[in-house]
Amino acid sequence: MSTNTKLNARKLDSTENFYGHKACGGCGESLALRLALKVLGDEAYLSLPAGCMAAVSFIYPNMAFKNNAIITPFASTAAVTTGIAAGLEALGKKKPLSVGFAGDGGTADIGIQSLSGAIDRGEKFIYICTDNEAYMNTGIQKSGLTPFGAATTTTPSGKVIHGNINEKKNMFEIVAAHGIEYAATASVGYLEDFINKVQKAKDCAGPSYIHVYSPCPTGWGHGSEITVDLGKEVVDTGLWYLAEFEKGEFSLNLKPKDFKPVKDHLMRQNRFRHINDEEIKMIETTRDAKWAKMLKNWNI
Amino acid sequence: MSDFAFLSGNEAIAYGVKLSRPHVIAAYPITPQTKAVEKLSSFVQDGELDCKYMHVESEHSAMACSIGSSSVGARTFTATSSQGLLYMSECLPYASGARLPIVMMNANRSIATPWNIYGDQMDSMHVINSGWIQLYVEDAQEALDMVIQSFKLAENHNILTPVMINVDGFVLTHTYEKVEIPLQEEVDNFLPEIQASPHLMSDDNKTSMCISAGNQHYMGFKVKQHRDMFKVFDELKQIDNDFHKAFGRNYGSAVEGYQFEDAEALLITTGSVTGTVRVVVDEMRAEGKKVGVVKLRLLRPFPAGDLVSKISGAKAVGVLDKNISFGYEGTVFTNVNSALFQKGASLKTINFIGGLGGKDITKGNIRQMFQTLQSGEGETVQYSNMGCTL
Repeated sequence: MSTNTKLNARKLDSTENFYGHKACGGCGESLALRLALKVLGDEAYLSLPAGCMAAVSFIYPNMAFKNNAIITPFASTAAVTTGIAAGLEALGKKKPLSVGFAGDGGTADIGIQSLSGAIDRGEKFIYICTDNEAYMNTGIQKSGLTPFGAATTTTPSGKVIHGNINEKKNMFEIVAAHGIEYAATASVGYLEDFINKVQKAKDCAGPSYIHVYSPCPTGWGHGSEITVDLGKEVVDTGLWYLAEFEKGEFSLNLKPKDFKPVKDHLMRQNRFRHINDEEIKMIETTRDAKWAKMLKNWNI
Repeated sequence: MSDFAFLSGNEAIAYGVKLSRPHVIAAYPITPQTKAVEKLSSFVQDGELDCKYMHVESEHSAMACSIGSSSVGARTFTATSSQGLLYMSECLPYASGARLPIVMMNANRSIATPWNIYGDQMDSMHVINSGWIQLYVEDAQEALDMVIQSFKLAENHNILTPVMINVDGFVLTHTYEKVEIPLQEEVDNFLPEIQASPHLMSDDNKTSMCISAGNQHYMGFKVKQHRDMFKVFDELKQIDNDFHKAFGRNYGSAVEGYQFEDAEALLITTGSVTGTVRVVVDEMRAEGKKVGVVKLRLLRPFPAGDLVSKISGAKAVGVLDKNISFGYEGTVFTNVNSALFQKGASLKTINFIGGLGGKDITKGNIRQMFQTLQSGEGETVQYSNMGCTL
């Protein structure tokens, strides 16, 4: 691990700011959200678009957040988040903490315009994308962040086409290309790394973005007890990576000595069970090309 | 002493907003609203208006940012028009359902296709069911004054409903008139700082907003919202009376009539065309014709009782609609007929659809409408000055 080791499980606040929600057992997103709030505290104003986390947390009259929290229009997480910050600041609050949490579809597809606009304005806000790689709340449909080969209900494993034929959109670098103050990737498999990145985002003066890989037992077809394990394994196989963008520079936080086998990892998830060796080879080739570029151009 | 200035409708709106001291403005430019947001930007950049101006990337985000800032109790303004209003339309019922007192100027403009930047009221009619209070103003002075009144109305805890001030594109937004600009201290007295409603988010009252409600509760929220809309008539009347005491001007109730008491033929209008109709009424009155005009200042809530009491003495009533609900008739016409039927008044009514895409509605056109009403002949829905044959 790199320098991101200031916070750890022992130092985390034992207070729960997110509880009583109705998320599935083993939900990666709710784990990321719960831990992020332990770092952010209950003073943070939260904006969540229509999606799983909103659907399980705001069902009148049972509210799951101790914080101030608002459901936003689907496309508008970053707009509402920055609107809240602007409103609080104009009302005289010093350094308001306004945080958006959205899934992969809410971030990389329908919400990308408002996210881009908000980063461009340079206002202080934190945006955390909890990426479970499909539209889970509506029933596991393909999003722009669904990886190659994954079966979803709109990219099923058909007789002719085996799951999703597109590559995952690279949100981390799209966000970085805005010249954002701080951006990072993370995974619920490396929670200490994640919470330290949340702390860094909290300390930023301007906009910040964290993209956290969040397995979904219901959507991916895996046991609820292996969510964290899959979140670790995806990094160890090199299919996801822990990285940061700061002061205009990319850096890798972790470089596995040898990648763990991709096939074993994918076969633990029903969404990949159909893919053949040729397709696995394609996934490995894409991974290797990406790592070659990162190792060449990014700080390690 | 207040100042007098030669202002366009857009600039009058900007002065009204400046005097109302909003905390946040989030806006995206669109013709013919641009001059309003340019003027407001200048006020901010010159230090004359202390507020957060958010340069959003779209109208959808203009309304979403407004939802964010209003949800923490900040006084919030935005402005749009036409395609922009439609683009943000997802967020309009969102804001009204959340009971957020946002005030928005809409520069009434046609809707594509065909593309056309000129004024009609197709845009605001498109969102008439969005849960926003819809005001229509006749001139630049009313535009300025109604911004101030609208904040007071929207922020009233009995109302807590966003207000859309509709200003006819070009005819009002780009036409210069002599406008009285009230003094800041007078406006401050009339419109004190916003008192945030307890349902909003704050450090002292942590809460969840824009929640979901299942079938057991949803309808209750919606009927409450609907019923609170009807409180607008009395609250607006009170605000208008207070405005008169403070500034020596006012606009009456939701419905304003001119030469209507003994009129046999009445024309119902919204917005700027009312001025032209007044002139024609004067001319025809001089000829001994009993004609008059009734202006609807509010379309939502719809002042059915007030309207019917002002028109039920006429023999024939025309409704001038600058919109079409395709496959039926003008939207105001439908509302007027419904009001008449509900109140048990039976009158001859004719719908005059005109002014689409900025087509002129001339004095001659209006005279023709009155003549049609007096003769009581012709189709129920007629098209004024279409300019071509089909």
